[in-house]
Amino acid sequence: MSFLSSVSRVALLAAVAPPAAVYPPQAAVAAAPARVQKVAIDNFAFSPQVIVVAPGTTVTWTNGDEDPHTVVANDKSFHSAAMDTDESYSVTFSKPGEYAYFCSLHPHMTGKVVVKG
Amino acid sequence: MGLDHDHAHDGHLNRRDLLSRCAGWAGTAAVYSVAGGVVSSVSLDAALAAGRPAPKTKPFTFVQISDTHIGFDKPANPNVHATALQAVERIKALPIKPDLILHTGDITHLSKDDQFDEAKQILSGLDVPIFYVPGEHDFLDEGQGKAFLAHYGRGTQGLGWYSFDHNGVHFVALNNVAALKPGGMAHLGEDQIAWLKKDLAGLASSTPIVVFAHIPLWTVYEAWGWGTDDADQALALLRRFGAVTVLNGHIHQVLHKVEGNVAFHSARSTAYPQPAPGAAPSPGPLKVPTEQLPSMLGIRSAKFVPGHEPIALIDASFA
Repeated sequence: MSFLSSVSRVALLAAVAPPAAVYPPQAAVAAAPARVQKVAIDNFAFSPQVIVVAPGTTVTWTNGDEDPHTVVANDKSFHSAAMDTDESYSVTFSKPGEYAYFCSLHPHMTGKVVVKG
Repeated sequence: MGLDHDHAHDGHLNRRDLLSRCAGWAGTAAVYSVAGGVVSSVSLDAALAAGRPAPKTKPFTFVQISDTHIGFDKPANPNVHATALQAVERIKALPIKPDLILHTGDITHLSKDDQFDEAKQILSGLDVPIFYVPGEHDFLDEGQGKAFLAHYGRGTQGLGWYSFDHNGVHFVALNNVAALKPGGMAHLGEDQIAWLKKDLAGLASSTPIVVFAHIPLWTVYEAWGWGTDDADQALALLRRFGAVTVLNGHIHQVLHKVEGNVAFHSARSTAYPQPAPGAAPSPGPLKVPTEQLPSMLGIRSAKFVPGHEPIALIDASFA
């Protein structure tokens, strides 16, 4: 889990989703401009399927489908609970690298977060 | 002596048909019979001496229900409780009381305890044993199936698989919704396939087999994950049997496919329809006009008559 500065483990309603908690607390991170990227889950697909972000970016997935979905790292280093319609899940990526993930309920749904410095 | 059933099997031939056909061949001194879809032959002398063997199997009926999705409340069907109750009423109204019911998964929409309890309460109106397999909606709790197994797992193997016999038919319940792999489809896993091999090992090839699992064991539509990526390993173990009936849910529509002695049948949901393979941008719930919904939901009844394999199925909608 070292590459993650935080993992929000609860699916939250998108409308009230606070920024993902940061652990351990880091003054430098708090001072940096907030960087949030969104990935939509619609029609049983992640969109964009591949997202390229800067280190420190929080990626938020929101389920727009009527079926529940999950976001699970292929290496299991992060995973959401099942998100029902309109629920969200966030992960903050601190280290460069490629993070492949999928929906564990519909495993043909795959995506990737590319963190580039 | 025995005929290769790949060549000789014909689901519509029964023992009497074959005996009458064989009568003209008495000079060849062989009598062919069918048991459980497997054709076998004995010498005429032996057949006459033995008389007609008593069948080990008895006729009976059973029912398949699927995809009750208790907890679902979207426009495709805001009242899945009522449509599940409709299934109960339809089963009660059947002319012959079924011996047992198979529920092929997605009992609940979100694996919540209160949803499992609600499903049990609805189905408790039926005085018939119900056998369950999980759908992916029953395995999405944080414990990845713990909730389902707490409710239905007693006496099962591994992550909820098991088998039982009823009136000569061997029923096999498989779980293909656990530990799914990125980019794959449904999955049985090595442990379950190893168990299946042992489970089937002692059975005569004439034993009628019913396999039930949530996601289809044949690839209906790969782009939507409608298949099981290691099903071939299970089917390889089943092919020697003369009559194999494979029942599934998941895709909320009736589909049939026959491959040799193995017949695959996908059932309707009691909750909401899904689009035909590839007919929509995604396999999500299909919203149809309210008056059309009953025609797209339903139950399946099955009648087993020894010597008349394969098992006869009737898919009845709520319309």
